[in-house]
Amino acid sequence: MKILVPVKRVIDYNVKPRVKSDGSGVDLANVKMSMNPFDEIAVEEALRLKEAGKAEEVVAVSVGPAKAQETLRTALAMGADRAILVETDELVEPLAVAKILKAIAAEEEPGIVMLGKQAIDDDSNQTGQMLAALMERPQGTFASKVEIDGDSVSVTREVDGGLETVKLTLPAIVTTDLRLNEPRYASLPNIMKAKKKPLDTKTPADYGVDVAPRLTTTNVSEPPVRQAGEIVEDVDALVAKLKSMGVA
Amino acid sequence: MTTLVFAEPHGDSVSDATLATVTAAAALGGPVHVLATAAGDAHAAIAGVEKVLVADDAAYANGLAENLAPLIAGLMDGYDAVLAPATTTGKNVLPRVAALLDVMQVSDIISVEGPKTFTRPIYAGNAIATVESSDPKLVITVRTTAFDKAEATGGSASTEAASGPGDAGASEFVKLDAVKSDRPELTSAGIVVSGGRALKDSETFEQYITPLADKLGAAIGASRAAVDAGYVPNDYQVGQTGKIVAPEVYIAIGISGAIQHLAGMKDSKTIVAINKDPDAPIFQVADIGLVADLFNAVPELTEKL
Repeated sequence: MKILVPVKRVIDYNVKPRVKSDGSGVDLANVKMSMNPFDEIAVEEALRLKEAGKAEEVVAVSVGPAKAQETLRTALAMGADRAILVETDELVEPLAVAKILKAIAAEEEPGIVMLGKQAIDDDSNQTGQMLAALMERPQGTFASKVEIDGDSVSVTREVDGGLETVKLTLPAIVTTDLRLNEPRYASLPNIMKAKKKPLDTKTPADYGVDVAPRLTTTNVSEPPVRQAGEIVEDVDALVAKLKSMGVA
Repeated sequence: MTTLVFAEPHGDSVSDATLATVTAAAALGGPVHVLATAAGDAHAAIAGVEKVLVADDAAYANGLAENLAPLIAGLMDGYDAVLAPATTTGKNVLPRVAALLDVMQVSDIISVEGPKTFTRPIYAGNAIATVESSDPKLVITVRTTAFDKAEATGGSASTEAASGPGDAGASEFVKLDAVKSDRPELTSAGIVVSGGRALKDSETFEQYITPLADKLGAAIGASRAAVDAGYVPNDYQVGQTGKIVAPEVYIAIGISGAIQHLAGMKDSKTIVAINKDPDAPIFQVADIGLVADLFNAVPELTEKL
């Protein structure tokens, strides 16, 4: 079985995003970029399934600018076997990404498409579900545990009420939550080796997908700032405050 | 234009998340219909709802997106927009509906600015985007803390049965491991007491946080660090990738205030923070701060309240 792992190049999660003063977006010039953290978890899980003998090949794919190659090289250095870059300088929305991934899945025929539940830039949380709909396959979103058993996969999902388990017939789409695993660091020898692994470059047009956006972002602004209040001296002062507010 | 609200399954009652979503739907200006998988009469009593569609079929009872998405998409000929709360159910089902309709979903809206214009947080709430859809139909998830709850009573909607393709066959609900609790629900509680990494382990979390929450009749939450460290289950997590809460009073104990945690609670009416580090970012958003060792301060607070 093959596992397809879509990865996105996003602002590094340690960097505080700065809104541009003209309201046109978030300033990404000279900002450190990394693999979306949820996608790193997806790469790690795919590699663990391969190491456990449940999968033969892990293929990483990214839709984005030429520099998304770096993100794919990170996936290769972690242990993915090969990579596909669908290169475009357009900002591609989840629906169009899902259409491109559907076309790639039709060629690659993966048993599982494993992807992060959301990207930390647009926070859409859509691509996996949309891909599942377009492929007419089942989905296990927000996964905290993934167990393959023959031609099905059990996915434990982090839901508002606790942990839900679903059983899906393969092929299936799985989106990863935070506690599925802790991604490995790529070692230096593996980073060197990754440079020699195959990386194909395609375009959205190769897959016949129109990436014209459906949503227009007309403004991006700073969130309202919450003012710091008052520091109280001791617990008695805190109790008095709370009581004056009608709490307890 | 008529708007459909997908009511997340909530036993034989209406969830608060659904009530807030009805308010967001009403802001679009047209009549509001609700699609429920159970409790048709309870949903018909929501103020402002014109009609309730009840899809009472075992295939829809467990929130399986594979079954629900074709049901919802199949109803959309009669609607211009469908909204669902941005709960784990809504987030699971609605993008699947959007793809079936070939439209881009607008996720997690916090305001309605026009017939097709909305605001939504991006970058973990570090920026607010105003987005306009050009799609013929709208598919929207709603950040429920950003909208008032519609009145749960006073409405007199008509009800009618709805049906769809039923069980798609490729997925099966196995079980839900739910933590049984008499406490208020985290997302709708008036007071939330949350603990962070400083609580050390699950025993001390229980020992220090629970009595205070009991005294206040509060729900218990936690930071991602506390959940990752295994002090409490995943469904306690407050933050951008966990639950978004906006109670009257949010008491953060031993929580430093990472951006992603603040994104989940900064709309609380009053924020109280107890932390021994005076430079902790939580104090920049707290209305009332106490710089103290939680292991002394929390028992004292519990006793004196």
